Amino acid sequence: MQIECPFCGKRDAHEFAYLGDATVARPDPAVPDAARAFYEYVYLRDNPAGSHRELWYHSAGCHSWLVVTRDTRTHAIETIAQVGAR
Amino acid sequence: MTPLPQSRRLASGGLIDRSRTLSFQFDGKPMTGHPGDTLASALIANGTILAGRSFKYHRPRGILTAGSEEPNALVELRSGARREPNTKATTVELFDGLVARSQNRWPSLGFDVMSVNSLLSPIFVAGFYYKTFMWPAAFWEKLYEPLIRRAAGLGRASREPDPDSYEKAFAFCDVLVIGGGPTGLMAALSAARAGAHVILCDEDFSFGGRLLSEQFVIDGQSGADWKAAAVFELEQNPAVTLMRRTTVFGGYDQSTYGALERVGDHLPVPLPHMPRQRLWKIVAKRAVLAAGAVERQIVFGGNDRPGVMMASALRSYVNRFAAAPAQRLGLFTNNDDGWKTVADCIRAGIKVEAVIDPRPAIPEAFRQLAIQAGARLFEGGLVQDAHGTARGLQSIDVMTSTGRTESVAVDGLAVSGGWNPAVALTCHLGARPVWRDDISAFVAGDTPPGLVVAGAATGAFDLRSCLADGVRLGAEAAQAAGFTAVAPTVPAASEETLGLMPLWKVTGARTKAFVDFQNDVTAKDIVIAEREGFRSVEHLKRYTTLGMATDQGKTANVNGLAIMAALTGRSIPETGTTTFRPPYTPVAIGAFAGHHRGKHFRPTRLTPSHAWAAEQGAQFVEAGQWLRAQWFPKPGETDWLTSVNREVIAVRGAVGVCDVSTLGKIDIQGADAGTLLDRVYINGFSALPVGKVRYGAMLREDGIVMDDGTTARLAQDRYVMSTTTANAAKVMQHLEFCHQVLWPELDVQMVSVTEQWAQFSIAGPRARDTIQKLIDPMADVSNMALPYMGVTTITVCGGIPGRLFRISFSGELAYELAVPARYGDGVIRAIMSAGAEYGIVAYGTEALGVMRIEKGHPAGNELNGTATARDLGLGKLMSQKKDFIGRVMAERSGLTNPDRPSLAGFVPVNRADRLRAGAHFLGLGAHPSASNDQGYMTSVAFSPSLSHWVGLGLIKNGPNRHGERVRAYDPVRRGDIEVEICSPVFIDPEGGRLRV
Amino acid sequence: MQYSAFSLLKNALTGHRYWKPAWREAQPRDRYDVVIVGGGGHGLATAYYLAKNHGITNVAVVEKGYIGSGNVGRNTTIVRSNYLLPGNVPFYEWSMKLWEGLERDINYNAMVSQRGVLNLCHSDAQRDAFARRGNAMRLHGVDSELLEKEQVRKIAPYLNFDDARFPIQGGLLQPRGGTVRHDAVAWGYARAGDRRGVDIIQNCEVTGFRIDNGKILGVETSRGFIGASKVGMAVAGNASRVAGMAGMRLPIESHVLQAFVSEGIKPLIDTVITFGAGHFYISQSDKGGLVFGGDIDGYNSYAQRGNLPTVEDVCEGGMALMPMIGRVRMLRQWGGIMDMSMDGSPIIDRTPVDGLYLNAGWCYGGFKATPASGWCFAHLIARDEPHAVAAAYRLDRFATGHVIDEKGQGAQPNLH
Repeated sequence: MQIECPFCGKRDAHEFAYLGDATVARPDPAVPDAARAFYEYVYLRDNPAGSHRELWYHSAGCHSWLVVTRDTRTHAIETIAQVGAR
Repeated sequence: MTPLPQSRRLASGGLIDRSRTLSFQFDGKPMTGHPGDTLASALIANGTILAGRSFKYHRPRGILTAGSEEPNALVELRSGARREPNTKATTVELFDGLVARSQNRWPSLGFDVMSVNSLLSPIFVAGFYYKTFMWPAAFWEKLYEPLIRRAAGLGRASREPDPDSYEKAFAFCDVLVIGGGPTGLMAALSAARAGAHVILCDEDFSFGGRLLSEQFVIDGQSGADWKAAAVFELEQNPAVTLMRRTTVFGGYDQSTYGALERVGDHLPVPLPHMPRQRLWKIVAKRAVLAAGAVERQIVFGGNDRPGVMMASALRSYVNRFAAAPAQRLGLFTNNDDGWKTVADCIRAGIKVEAVIDPRPAIPEAFRQLAIQAGARLFEGGLVQDAHGTARGLQSIDVMTSTGRTESVAVDGLAVSGGWNPAVALTCHLGARPVWRDDISAFVAGDTPPGLVVAGAATGAFDLRSCLADGVRLGAEAAQAAGFTAVAPTVPAASEETLGLMPLWKVTGARTKAFVDFQNDVTAKDIVIAEREGFRSVEHLKRYTTLGMATDQGKTANVNGLAIMAALTGRSIPETGTTTFRPPYTPVAIGAFAGHHRGKHFRPTRLTPSHAWAAEQGAQFVEAGQWLRAQWFPKPGETDWLTSVNREVIAVRGAVGVCDVSTLGKIDIQGADAGTLLDRVYINGFSALPVGKVRYGAMLREDGIVMDDGTTARLAQDRYVMSTTTANAAKVMQHLEFCHQVLWPELDVQMVSVTEQWAQFSIAGPRARDTIQKLIDPMADVSNMALPYMGVTTITVCGGIPGRLFRISFSGELAYELAVPARYGDGVIRAIMSAGAEYGIVAYGTEALGVMRIEKGHPAGNELNGTATARDLGLGKLMSQKKDFIGRVMAERSGLTNPDRPSLAGFVPVNRADRLRAGAHFLGLGAHPSASNDQGYMTSVAFSPSLSHWVGLGLIKNGPNRHGERVRAYDPVRRGDIEVEICSPVFIDPEGGRLRV
Repeated sequence: MQYSAFSLLKNALTGHRYWKPAWREAQPRDRYDVVIVGGGGHGLATAYYLAKNHGITNVAVVEKGYIGSGNVGRNTTIVRSNYLLPGNVPFYEWSMKLWEGLERDINYNAMVSQRGVLNLCHSDAQRDAFARRGNAMRLHGVDSELLEKEQVRKIAPYLNFDDARFPIQGGLLQPRGGTVRHDAVAWGYARAGDRRGVDIIQNCEVTGFRIDNGKILGVETSRGFIGASKVGMAVAGNASRVAGMAGMRLPIESHVLQAFVSEGIKPLIDTVITFGAGHFYISQSDKGGLVFGGDIDGYNSYAQRGNLPTVEDVCEGGMALMPMIGRVRMLRQWGGIMDMSMDGSPIIDRTPVDGLYLNAGWCYGGFKATPASGWCFAHLIARDEPHAVAAAYRLDRFATGHVIDEKGQGAQPNLH
């Protein structure tokens, strides 16, 4: 698998570390049901068979966290962007 | 023994170099061949018919094909440590001194005792083993399985380490052309002429594909001459890489292809510094699959007899290798292509005795050809059975169109059941092939992005289409990769027809009819599978083992599928499709490993003082990828404990030095550096004064301890964090995650500086004295100026910049001195000289471990990924005033239960007893059972200060049970002793020594 | 028809004309007492034990493809119960016991081969961890032996003892561990369930659940609605997708785990061996192929195939450990979809929907768990309460913190 890092160019996937679902957001610990919110954030996943937004870290490169949209059925990559980039 | 002459070598022709003779041995028999031969062609030239024994029935088998689809002629190639089992003789390039041995037979290939299995074949049908061998239970491992295992398997692997080396490499290109036959050559030419960077791979040692084996004419030249010109043009083009002996074995994501280059396999042993094989990972913008097609068989009685051969293979042997597999040949073909065999045999002087063509009417030209050959023609006829022995074929039974059976004496039978496009690579990403009725074959379905199929691999079997396909698709691939294709010209070639009438299996065979030769799957096995409900293709495959052999059923699968289709009254596509998994042909495990074996399995990281430590005779230990000094034995010290005790005593009594450079170091800068640390650590760091160091622990978001270490504040906006050796990379990744993903608004940057600094712990009552001699005079390191948990920047040894941390893992007055890594070697030597007058010792990781256990500091064994901060006695550090990673989840009931195993110290009640890490704690007198399990010992050490063993462990409610006695139960080492729970701090619990 | 040496001989004499299908090609009926979704090892075993242990025979197993098409036919065939944590050991040991009697129970030879599972250690810390594990196993009545280097050498003299980057220090042996012919497990359970009346319905994909007022009514399938009083999901790999149809989100990610087999060779490796300094485990099938594997590829995937870096990593481990296999050729690589749970341990539990049960999250452990998983899932479905040995496999353990994290990696599925 090749991942095109926006900073380093196309690199073999073994240069990257995978974290998983990029759609979950860390809850505000001050909300009243924080325990529930954190449980869902830490543990529950949509785990779709299809398009998946996910976090990869260019560990053997520029150390950027990237949001990759990839089809989990075909591994085809649709978009790659630095996390937070719009 | 002198080799006999090559009795079956044709007097002329062939693409072999007759000017040179190569000697080789098969089963100890000396033989000769020529450069350009394969082992198979050389065996045929020497009149060898019998090449192997089958898997289950030990049936004698000959050479069936001339390529990598060979199911029968598998040999053990080479000997000793280089023995390669199951090597296809048809793919082995002959070299001088080659030694090969037949396999799966005893005592000899000609007389194999195990062929008695054939008599038991009525029992040994598909799946028989699922139905028996169940009683008595113990007999399976003791009797049945050993017998089965010994009988199964084909060749013998060497039991010695592979002496050859392997390499791995990446390659990048615009257009990858897979297969160097007419289509592939043309595609490569076409793409290269457009200016694309082309890689052309072929598994053969010579490009040309079928051009080498057929009597083709292209643009008025012979196929071989045309090929030579094409290869010449490609060789002249610097943008073209030609890779012979290279099999593209797999397609992977984003146009990455795996290819195996057999660099030294055509030599007796690889030359010095030459790898045996090279694994290529080729990243191609576009790929053209021109892998051709594989001729398929027809299933009839005795179709596996030595002497039965695929018609295209026979032509390869005759045309390319000038070797005659038979002298009186029968031809059984259901298509026009097979008829090429007749013309080629006439030219080579091989008598064609009979042509059996099941088609009711054949073109007139073929009738004339049969007459010209003097062959009997059986139009509408079928070969029902072939008869012969291990020494060769004797006759075939032909069922004529009128239903009579006639016997024809032959010593060889060429068979053509049509062609299967080689679409394996299109399936590797999950696509399934689709059936085409007009050619009765599977062709590529969806193709992976960037890959197109060309030529015979698409089912276009005639040369003219292949060339045209190559021209067009090569140009299109170049265009897609951004090049402008030049106007294509397609070379002229004669027209061919296929005229195939599907014929999968001949009915009425009296003898065993094989579908999968290598796995001994017969037509009858498929009948049984159907009867028992194994009708899905995958069930058929798994139940009968059809297509599971080393050839992946290249010559067998479609026939098997067709037979199942007929049995179930479904069409072939309704029955299912075959699929293919990588690798296309088997690949040596060594090639995938490359250099990563032995000491080079993983990189070795050396500490800055490694060379010095090695000079001292240090014993080294692996710590992840690092090699660290474990202890430094002195002359006369023969066991590790003596050395370690001496080192500990020296540190506690005087001074010692230890290289701690392996700990992770992360430089964190920015206005919000403190804020980030506050959120990462359970305790606060933003209020840490500049010039101070603080111990911190960090959690995962699930509330479990991730790592710990000290972090120093060097300036208002600058911290340097230390992590454990094991978690250095993980913590770095975590910090970047926290910053980039969670809190991008923070003004902070970080970089790992683990490798940039050599860091030495200098510990013991004389540590300050030692330090003072090292640092340049302007610095004040008195207890007042640099108190415990202080940090300062200094210079040492006359101007080397450094940092001095007053931190201690050992519990003694201690410093960590950091200098740029390049000075590490010099500085360790300087430290040792400076401390010499105080009796300084170097100490290793063992002594380090002893002293941290004596001090009750949790380390790797305690940070086990399931312990909470409270479990480790760090609960009081958890700030109540701020959010931090893991804070919310750490409050889950399962993590706050006071009964959780938590940190305590342990001493043996009988002080002479040795403690063992991994022992479980049981109540005194409690029955050893899971329900009485209270925890386990995590770390132990012999404390020379206390003269007995001490341990740390996690035990239920540990902190509240000091003084209680429990059993340390260690049945795997026959240990069972009484221990007392105590405080985990064994030495200087008040910490007075740290602050002097 | 009972399978035996005698019936085999008898059929051989009659040209094998009278064998019956191993299981009927059942057509879906309108309703069943229990519908099991997923005709893999776990689903088929569940159906069999529902019938055998609980007398519930009005059961259908619905499978979207052919039975055994998932991970039961895609694994490295290893069975063992050398677990560490109290939530796991009794369950896997129960599975081990069921393996030991399986063939005579279901009258199908699944070639349960107790050839031993040997885990190698390469450091003092690893040896201590193995001692902890071995002791935990003993406390649960499971066989375990901590071996010194020389004892390992006796079992496997061909390992790299002399030139290793991470020298072998010893190992943990479970003599009762071993291998089982994977496909035969699916077929054997299918046949045994079928003989007790279970309908096995292939090529029948569940497309939804019919739920009314929080109670399950049945399953919508590609072949129509099938009513059921109770429905069990045993679709590891696809658990998130199937449970999603019932409105659930699971603590699971689907990942690809590759496995590999070499060409068939004469007996070379007699036990199951796992490398402790890399990602590599290996055994040799009765047919002669070396069957080996390593880590998951590490990214979410439903593709049933992987990529080269993992292949290389696995083979590097193989060559580091046993350099004699360098010239043995890899014949095939394939991938299975693993239900990677957030703590590396499975889930066998009720769901928020009354009458709908979940069996999921098997990570790498699914094959060896097959009999106990079926046994305990059948118990849960039949009695609506967990079986004692599977009581820890609750769905709410992530919320309460009672996770069962053998590897100590936390909520990071690709590291389990």
